[in-house]
This record gives sequence, C-alpha cells and structure tokens, in this order.
Amino acid sequence: MPETIPVDSVGLVTPITLHIDTPITLECGRTLPNYDLIYETYGELNANASNAILICHALSGDHHAAGYHSMDDKKPGWWDSAIGPGKAIDTNKFYVVSVNNLGGCKGSTGPTSINPETNKAYGPDFPFVTVSDWVNSQAVLADKLNIQQWAAVVGGSLGAMQAMQWAISLPERLRHVLIIASAPKLSAQNIAFNEVARTAIKSDPDFHNGHYTEHNTLPRQGLGLARMLGHITYLSDEAMGQKFGRELRNDTIHYDYDVEFQIESYLRYQSSTFVERFDANTYLLMTKALDYFDPAKDFNDDLAATVANIQARSLVVSFTSDWRFSPARSQEIVDALLSAGKDVIYAEIEAHQGHDAFLMPIPRYIDIIETYMQQVAKECEDV
Amino acid sequence: MSLRVDLQIISDWIPDGARVLDLGCDNGTLLAHLQQRGVTGYGLEIDNSKFADCIKAGVNVIQADLDQGLPQFADQSFDFVILSQTLQAIKRPDFLLQEIARVGKQGIIGFPNFGHWQCRLQLALGGHMPLSRTLPNEWFETPNIHLCTVQDFDKLCTDKDIQVLSRSIVNHEHKDTLGTRLLPNLFGQIALYQIKKK
Repeated sequence: MPETIPVDSVGLVTPITLHIDTPITLECGRTLPNYDLIYETYGELNANASNAILICHALSGDHHAAGYHSMDDKKPGWWDSAIGPGKAIDTNKFYVVSVNNLGGCKGSTGPTSINPETNKAYGPDFPFVTVSDWVNSQAVLADKLNIQQWAAVVGGSLGAMQAMQWAISLPERLRHVLIIASAPKLSAQNIAFNEVARTAIKSDPDFHNGHYTEHNTLPRQGLGLARMLGHITYLSDEAMGQKFGRELRNDTIHYDYDVEFQIESYLRYQSSTFVERFDANTYLLMTKALDYFDPAKDFNDDLAATVANIQARSLVVSFTSDWRFSPARSQEIVDALLSAGKDVIYAEIEAHQGHDAFLMPIPRYIDIIETYMQQVAKECEDV
Repeated sequence: MSLRVDLQIISDWIPDGARVLDLGCDNGTLLAHLQQRGVTGYGLEIDNSKFADCIKAGVNVIQADLDQGLPQFADQSFDFVILSQTLQAIKRPDFLLQEIARVGKQGIIGFPNFGHWQCRLQLALGGHMPLSRTLPNEWFETPNIHLCTVQDFDKLCTDKDIQVLSRSIVNHEHKDTLGTRLLPNLFGQIALYQIKKK
C-alpha cells in the first residue's frame, strides 16, 4: 500500500460506469438489451479530442490499468509501469481510457450481472462475446466520450487482438495501433491449453454447470487449476528457474504431497488469490473469445488482405522468451502489414520473463514504446 | 544534416518517390534523408538499440536477421534494395545477393574492398590478417566473416546471373582518384555497386 502516491502515478482514480440502453447484437447472434461498461480515464482530453488513447486489457485484466483506488491498495493498476505522468504513455499529454470488457466480472455487464429478463444473475447463460463485440462496445463508449478518432489503441496479448481488430474493423477511427505480445489467431497448442483450463473449471464438483452462485459456492479448485496452468504458460522456464529454481520451502524433503518446492507454493498462492477476485464463467468466456479470434477468416484466411484496409500506423512488439505468443506469431502480423505496404515498426525485445514480459518495465521495451508515443503526441498537436 | 559520403553516393542514385528497402538500416539516417524526397519503404535492422533513433526519424524499422534472407517480401516489390557495409558480415552473401536481386528491381551494395594494396601488403609482407580504417577489427573478433575483393564480387555477380549496372570504387574518403579509376581492385577501399537480375 502506498503511504504517499508516487509523483509519476496517476494517483487515486475512481471508475465510472456508463449505462447503455441501446441494444447490442453480438457476433454469436444474441442481443443484450442494455449493458454497463465500467472504465477509468487518466489525463485530460484536449480541445479537439485528438489525444485519446484506448487501453485494451488481456484475459484476466480489467479497467484498472493505472493508479490506486484507495490508499489501502496493495498494488497499483495492471499497467502502472507504462501509464502515468512522464511515463511511456504520458498522462500529461494523453487522455487515456481503459475499459472492462463485456463479459467481464469487474463492473461491466457479464455473467455476474443481473439478467433483466430473469432478474437473476446471467451466470453460464451470458452470451458468448468475441473480440469484435468488444471493439463494437468500446466504439459506443468512444462515441459517448466524443472521441471520433483515437490517437492510438494499445494492447498486449488478448488486448492486442482488440487493438488489431479496431484497426481492421474501424480503420478511420484510430491513427496508431500498438500490438504487443500477440498473434493473428491462436494455434492448436494455444487452444489446447485453454481447453485444459476450461475442463479444470467445468469438472470441479462446485461448478454446478456454471450455477455455482445459486449453490453459494465457487469452483475454487477448478479455477485455481486453470490459473496455475495459465501462469506456467505466461512465464518462461528461465524466468521460473531464476525466481524459484528447485528451492525448498523448508530445508528438507518430507516425502509427502504438501508444498515442498517454492514453485508449488507460488502457484498455490497465485491460484488461491485469483479465485477470490475472478469469476469462473468470465474466465471461460474470455478463453473462448481468445480461441475464436481469427480476423482473417472473413478474408479467405489471407492476413495481408485482412489488414489491407488498415489506415493506422502499427507498432508490433514481441519478446524472445514468450512461448505462448512467440515472436514468430508477431512476425506473421508484421509480414501481412509489410505485404500490404502498411507503415509498421517491429521490435523483438530480448527478455527472459516469457509472455508476462509485456507487463514488465523492461528498459528497451519501455524506451521503444515511450519514443513511439512521443511521436504520437507530437501529431496530436497537428490534428 | 550531412550524410556519410557512401550514403550520399547511394542517395544520389535513388530518384524521388522511389520505394526502398534498406538492409541493415542502423539508426535510419539514410531512409530519413531519402524520405525528405518522397521516398518510402522500410529499414531492416537486427539490433534494436537503434530503434528509438529510427522512430524519432519517422523510419519504418523492422527487426530482422538478414541471414534468413527476405522471405517476407515479394519478388520485385521494391524499386531499390540497399545493403551498405553489411555484406561482409552475412553468413551467405551469395544467398542474400540473390534475395536482393529477387526483391528489388535494382540492388545497391556497398562493401570494403579486401583487394586494396594495403590489405595485400599486410598479408603478403606483414604475414598477418589486414587491419584498416574500414576493417578495424582483429580476425578473432571481427563481425566481418566474408570479406571479398572487387574481383571476387564481379565474379559472384557473373556466376549468379546478376547484371552490374554501374559501380563506384573509391578510397576511404569516398573519393575517386586516378588509381581507383585505373586499378580499382588495387586502389579502391570502398566499392559501391548497382545491380539487377539479368
């Protein structure tokens, strides 16, 4: 918990909930008659509304990207290392908007929200949401905030897929797109990991086909397992080795199944805290949104044709030790942009942290983002 | 901003508005200079410590390993593909040369001439691997693993069906002298070639 707010922090922030009464028809064919989007903003929108940045969150992220909700918070928002006054995404220059996605569990309408038709929580009946649905709902928020065109849409991992979809679907509504640690679609291995996570959740006896709330319980075991698996894929062998090695929690081996190695302790701790803060039905939905993401499917699987209408300039970043979305996957995006003749910059950052590197303050990475965003800021004055 | 002399020579060969791929673009100096004349394109660079400079200069820089060739680019998709002072550090210069001729309608290649008399003298009489202003690294630490002479490069072009459109062979100050004109392989330190696929 911060005793004082650091000078380069956006400080104390309060989320805002936007209630939208215009129905939204989702890609799966179902319609939400109305919905809420919870979001935070940092910095000030300039007079011609040209300095707005949209931050898109990843699988288990939310709208709280920077700053603190109260002086009792243990940690700041998930991308506080990059967002703040004087930071890479400089809130002295930009108006930053960060929104919790539809289907989320942190305030935007999702499985834990009340279904107006039944007056009960949606639970497992919440419709499937896709990356395109998120972009469409984020565009509704942009309209409400009077932002016709984002200076940049920025995301990592699943967040980058939203950023990419913005550039493809609504090309005139953004000038830059930052695609970090991502892929143009999931591989069979990626989907396989997601399926193991879903199976873990669904096979928990406390899952009750998604109706766990009505049974006053949570599928802690299943969601915890899903999170453990996720964590392993977010880190590299090297990062885990450096952090934990084969270190024991106590000095000796006990020949039992209690926690013996530090890595076991870490995974159990991560899973136990996660199950208290995240909804299992949302987790299921988010993994399906990942699996379904494949913008080229509407363009005969031709990624170059898919990106042909992009007007934004792109910055694509990958990390050497990321094996969940390896540099080769980012290069697929870059190659498509190159063959379509688009403006693109691509950097592969040397990092041992695995997929999680995109959240870390790695100097070379932050330097490239910061330099890029400074150029974006200069353009905002000319728009 | 004044340009390094070899880059100035290359720049003079490229017309306004051309589409260019700069291999080993370093901090983007050449492309930034060319972009002022409406030239567009990309720079490829393996070392991302220079990327902030490229970004500031408005250069589209792509991190790439030239030893892998140019598989991401279609045939004849650029007016010019430039490789300046990098050929000698490539694992297979013959392969990259063919890639340049495939992707570019024209290629521009600059390299240090290992046939220069000082290099010959150091090896012949000094008995050690040559060191010079353009080749300052000791043999055990040099990134320059495939040095060649003007004569070698001419032969490679012939063998690979590559046409030499023009060449400029100059001394270390990038000036041509009587010597570099009469006996380029003996007196030239820097060679600059314009090539295309036959």
